[in-house]
Amino acid sequence: MTEFKGLPTSDEYFSKIDFKPPKTGWMDTPTVIRDGMYCFPAKPKSVKTLDLPFPREWVPSDDDWKLPENWKEIILEGMKDRLERFRTFKVFMDICVRCGACADKCHFFIGTGDPKNMPVVRAELLRSVYRNDFTKAGKILGKIAGARELTVDVLKEWWYYFFQCSECRRCSVFCPYGIDMAEITIMGRELLNLVGLNIEWIGAPVAFCYKTGNHMGIQPHAFKDMMDFFTDEIEEVTGVRVEPQFNKKGADILFITPSGDIFGDPGTYTTMGYMLLHHYLKVKYGLDITWSTYASEGGNFGLFTSNEVMKRLNAKMYAEAKRLGVKWILGGECGHMWRVVNQYMATMNGPADFLEEPVNPITGTKFENAKDTKMVHIVEFTADLIKHGKLDLDPSRNDNLKVTFHDSCNPARGMGMFDEPRYIIKKVCKHFYDMPRNCIREQTFCCGSGSGLNASEDMELRLAGGLPRANAVKYVQEKHGVNMLSCICAIDRAVFPPLMEYWVPEVDVTGIHELVCNALIIPGEKEKTVNLRGEDIPNKDEMDPDEYFTRPDFPGR
Amino acid sequence: MSLNNLLERNKDDIVKQWLVSVIDTYPADTSKFIKNQKDPFANPVGNTLSVNLGPLFDELLNEMDYKAITSYLDPILRVRAVQPILSSSQSIGFIFLLKKAIRRSLKKELSDKNILKELLHFESKIDELTLIAFDVYLKCREQIYEIKSNEVRNRTFRAFERAGLLTEISAEEPSL
Repeated sequence: MTEFKGLPTSDEYFSKIDFKPPKTGWMDTPTVIRDGMYCFPAKPKSVKTLDLPFPREWVPSDDDWKLPENWKEIILEGMKDRLERFRTFKVFMDICVRCGACADKCHFFIGTGDPKNMPVVRAELLRSVYRNDFTKAGKILGKIAGARELTVDVLKEWWYYFFQCSECRRCSVFCPYGIDMAEITIMGRELLNLVGLNIEWIGAPVAFCYKTGNHMGIQPHAFKDMMDFFTDEIEEVTGVRVEPQFNKKGADILFITPSGDIFGDPGTYTTMGYMLLHHYLKVKYGLDITWSTYASEGGNFGLFTSNEVMKRLNAKMYAEAKRLGVKWILGGECGHMWRVVNQYMATMNGPADFLEEPVNPITGTKFENAKDTKMVHIVEFTADLIKHGKLDLDPSRNDNLKVTFHDSCNPARGMGMFDEPRYIIKKVCKHFYDMPRNCIREQTFCCGSGSGLNASEDMELRLAGGLPRANAVKYVQEKHGVNMLSCICAIDRAVFPPLMEYWVPEVDVTGIHELVCNALIIPGEKEKTVNLRGEDIPNKDEMDPDEYFTRPDFPGR
Repeated sequence: MSLNNLLERNKDDIVKQWLVSVIDTYPADTSKFIKNQKDPFANPVGNTLSVNLGPLFDELLNEMDYKAITSYLDPILRVRAVQPILSSSQSIGFIFLLKKAIRRSLKKELSDKNILKELLHFESKIDELTLIAFDVYLKCREQIYEIKSNEVRNRTFRAFERAGLLTEISAEEPSL
């Protein structure tokens, strides 16, 4: 800029800072492994427990990942084997026309701004190697046909980006061919596992679940201790002593939920909600529900490891149902547990023909959608009870809450559950506000921490990936004064509090069954002044008398 | 005409140029998306930038109010603080791109010495803005580390608690 004559240009002030991003295409832009974006590698102990190959200590920021000598052969063999075994994998490798419809639909791309997080590029990471080694065009034309050789750098890129996908499948909704990106990530992770490239946040829970029955490695007596603690808490608030049953043979129903809700707030309040509901159904209708201290985990991080590991962990729930001789299984508010049950169970460990086709004994409703798996989602179960007028509810107890609902990815996109949760919320709360249409239901944005990425060391990834979701919450907070984000997934409940703290302070997080049990009028309860969290329940006397008069619980009505 | 008047008159052009150059700090595929996607929920990063850069420019034209400036900078830097694709200097340095936008937009007018003198003064305001940005950015980064450490601490605390290794201090004095 010569017109300034002697004045340095503004560029010269910061000549050492390069504002220009690389102009190269994705294939020629080297991947930089950045702190805050990855989870720590799995410890040898976890890998060994599961009999997975090549347990070792390795560090992502090191050059040498201590790969086995024949790593390339193992990966390519593994790919060949999977292309033959999984028709979906083969089809998804072949049919993408790179139209780009998926490109800007990924929360990780939107939040991080990293083009390699575009679903199409993430898939190309794998597809380029597929073309190179398994297609004629790729073998002959090489790079022109979008092929590239598998090198150590490519492998590292796989590890970095396949653990930056939460398998939420939002991109798949927009793909004209219906390519399931989650399945590509699943395959990518399976292949990485063949050479011992895993993450501890998945490795440890899977190993614990395999050995002890839940992600946390909590043994049966400790599990029961925790439930006893909840029982006391519930009594203090409601005056009602609930009596949860454990490992009861011959019970009607086995209840299984993610252990995260038993050991982490605010999920613990959802667990107390389940306990109160079970108690209510027992007292009112004689329904006999049991927990299991062995199948004490609904979550299945095996889904994030390999098909075989997923199958092993899923089998436990059914083995326990068989051992106890229950009629069917009731599942709690969980995300990927439902993906596994609804999409894979029937052909993986099914048919569960030793169980009965689920029927709600109180309403007579047949859950035909659970005919194969014999496992019913508690949200469907509770919605059914409310629909038939089987629960006494006082929604005014939730009057302090302005609630929005996050469609947890797996129940939403994995089983099409959109209306039941909203139905329940509207029956137990008076103030409900949905987020904008392109952020909910089948288009819901992921929490940013699913598929085993909810560690702490990758917080930047989680906060960036959660930005689109948080952004929509912020909108309803500003527009309607929303102060409570409800969801039906234990991982959501664990990861939303920090996400809200960063992006939308003053918004709290809850499960739906906590809301249900705030409103549930339990036989023999004392005058409740606080809810399960110890917060004051809105005082009826302070309410607008006109509004009070029109309410169904107005005395004499 | 004073520089301030010129800046006010050319505000739309300058802010637009500034916005485009900030978006271009992202890789080509990303910046194309950020520029083209107008839905605020599908493109929170672009929306945050386009909503806040204008008011920031207004603050520079007027009495720079620290609180107001912080409120416009915070959403932008909150995003950039969680994007390791940008270095710290790149995260904050987007402010300097305003200098470039102004110089480009007022190329002709800046041949006037008086205006050039005023520009030097105005640019030091931009430098001041950058220092405020440093405060805001660092606060975001500190919050991220705080969230990280709180998560780890809470987890450990809960583990001890569950294992029965902790007891609460009783409210009642023990009888001696």
